[in-house]
Amino acid sequence: MIGIKKPEQTLMQKIYLPEILRGLAITIRHMLRQKPVTCEYPEKPHVVPPNFRGLHRLIQRPGGRERCVACELCLTACPANCISMVAADPNDPNVEKYPLRYEIDVLRCIYCGFCEEACPCDAIELTPHYEMASSRREDFIFTKDRLLDNNRYVPEGERVSKVRTNETYLRI
Amino acid sequence: MSELAAVLPGVLEKAGWSVPGGLVPVLAMFICASIVAAAMGLSAAVLVWAERKLAGHFQCRLGPVYVGGKFGWLQSIADGIKLLLKEDIIPADADRPLFRLAPYLVVLGVFLAFIAFPVSEKLMVADLNIGIFFILAVLTLEVFGVILAGWASNNKWALLGAMRAAAQMVSYEIPMGLAILPVVVEAQSLSLKSIVAAQSGGMLRWYVFQPPFFMGVSFLIFFLAGLASLKRAPFDLPEAESELTAGFHTEYSGMRFSFFFMAEYAGMILVSGLAAALYLGGWHGILPGQSGAMWFLLKTAFLVFVMIWLRWTLPRLRIDQVVYVGWKVLTPFVLACVLGQALMAYK
Repeated sequence: MIGIKKPEQTLMQKIYLPEILRGLAITIRHMLRQKPVTCEYPEKPHVVPPNFRGLHRLIQRPGGRERCVACELCLTACPANCISMVAADPNDPNVEKYPLRYEIDVLRCIYCGFCEEACPCDAIELTPHYEMASSRREDFIFTKDRLLDNNRYVPEGERVSKVRTNETYLRI
Repeated sequence: MSELAAVLPGVLEKAGWSVPGGLVPVLAMFICASIVAAAMGLSAAVLVWAERKLAGHFQCRLGPVYVGGKFGWLQSIADGIKLLLKEDIIPADADRPLFRLAPYLVVLGVFLAFIAFPVSEKLMVADLNIGIFFILAVLTLEVFGVILAGWASNNKWALLGAMRAAAQMVSYEIPMGLAILPVVVEAQSLSLKSIVAAQSGGMLRWYVFQPPFFMGVSFLIFFLAGLASLKRAPFDLPEAESELTAGFHTEYSGMRFSFFFMAEYAGMILVSGLAAALYLGGWHGILPGQSGAMWFLLKTAFLVFVMIWLRWTLPRLRIDQVVYVGWKVLTPFVLACVLGQALMAYK
């Protein structure tokens, strides 16, 4: 058995009244001085940190076509197995391989960002967008078109990744 | 009310309504009762909003912000409508007549007490010559209602809450009643009107500030015991939402529940107003010569604020602590105050 000693109280603490006044002083300070910490979320949007990992996007090439070369590294890296892909030949002299279908099951995704790290072409990225609520399950399967469309969630200037220009990409 | 009854025949005559003379006092009573009921309901609504707003800011939150624009000031109205529209559930095994009776008893106690509530020299339903005694007696009805509610609900939380209310009542009623005695001894009257009138002439004539502060100490004791009688934190054991769901009104819903709620908030105004009238000079202002209902309302509002402030500061006491405070701390102190004041009066 462990005996726990009650802390000794001084006389002032035993009287209680001074301690109550101290408590009252704390609460009134909170009321008068401190600003409420409430985030009025739906009215005022929540500002996320710059490295926030939200909904995915597929980055476009200048022509509008996806930058992805269907190497399947993202789907290998994905710990949640939420990415599925069907690769095909685009019949384009500049592009060797492209994803015919590219789907991310956002309900499965754990937003770890491994896909983004694995991608050799910087073709996939997690945007700061996090408002994905829907009442239909289908809405959470993001197809290639929808993922390309997710570029609207990042500012205009960042839609085409600055890490590599199109030319360096084409040389890979 | 007697003044209203005196003025009423003239007013009725001007309006062209003929009312038999015998009915005039009844009509005056009816008007007074409706005014008190309306004021009670309205002030309870305002207080509920104020408490929620203040609670928010005490905890660095915002409190209600949606209903009625920026400050959510219509929140209580929305709550009231919601409560009116809610299903009124009576548990299958409840004691139906008692279950229905309890909320009315609770409201009735507070409602009756407002009869002798001294807002200002003229704004008073009736200046009873035993005003303060009457209020204390009638307020006890509230505990009756609470115990009935707890028993009739046939629910263990409710019963535990009611038992706590009973234990608590035994420990606060005595200091509360005794705390009034020094004032009564000093004013030589039980009528609230003459008690307040005896404190005219500026802040230093208020009873709290009378050396050697027997009445000052009894003010504190009255206020504490008043908090306990309202079942407000830190004496909110009968409700104790974290232990007893909602205590004695666990099984109540809809309008019956809101009756308990209304009684609590109207009771806050009542106890604060009583403390203001007994110890803080009632309708008299800070400087000599100032007086008016505004002063009384200001003091009452301040004390209500202190109640809310205490609620969001202090944790709940245990039942044995409440009984300890009531019997072993408040009662000896208040007895000493009564004795001291009596000795001073004897001199």
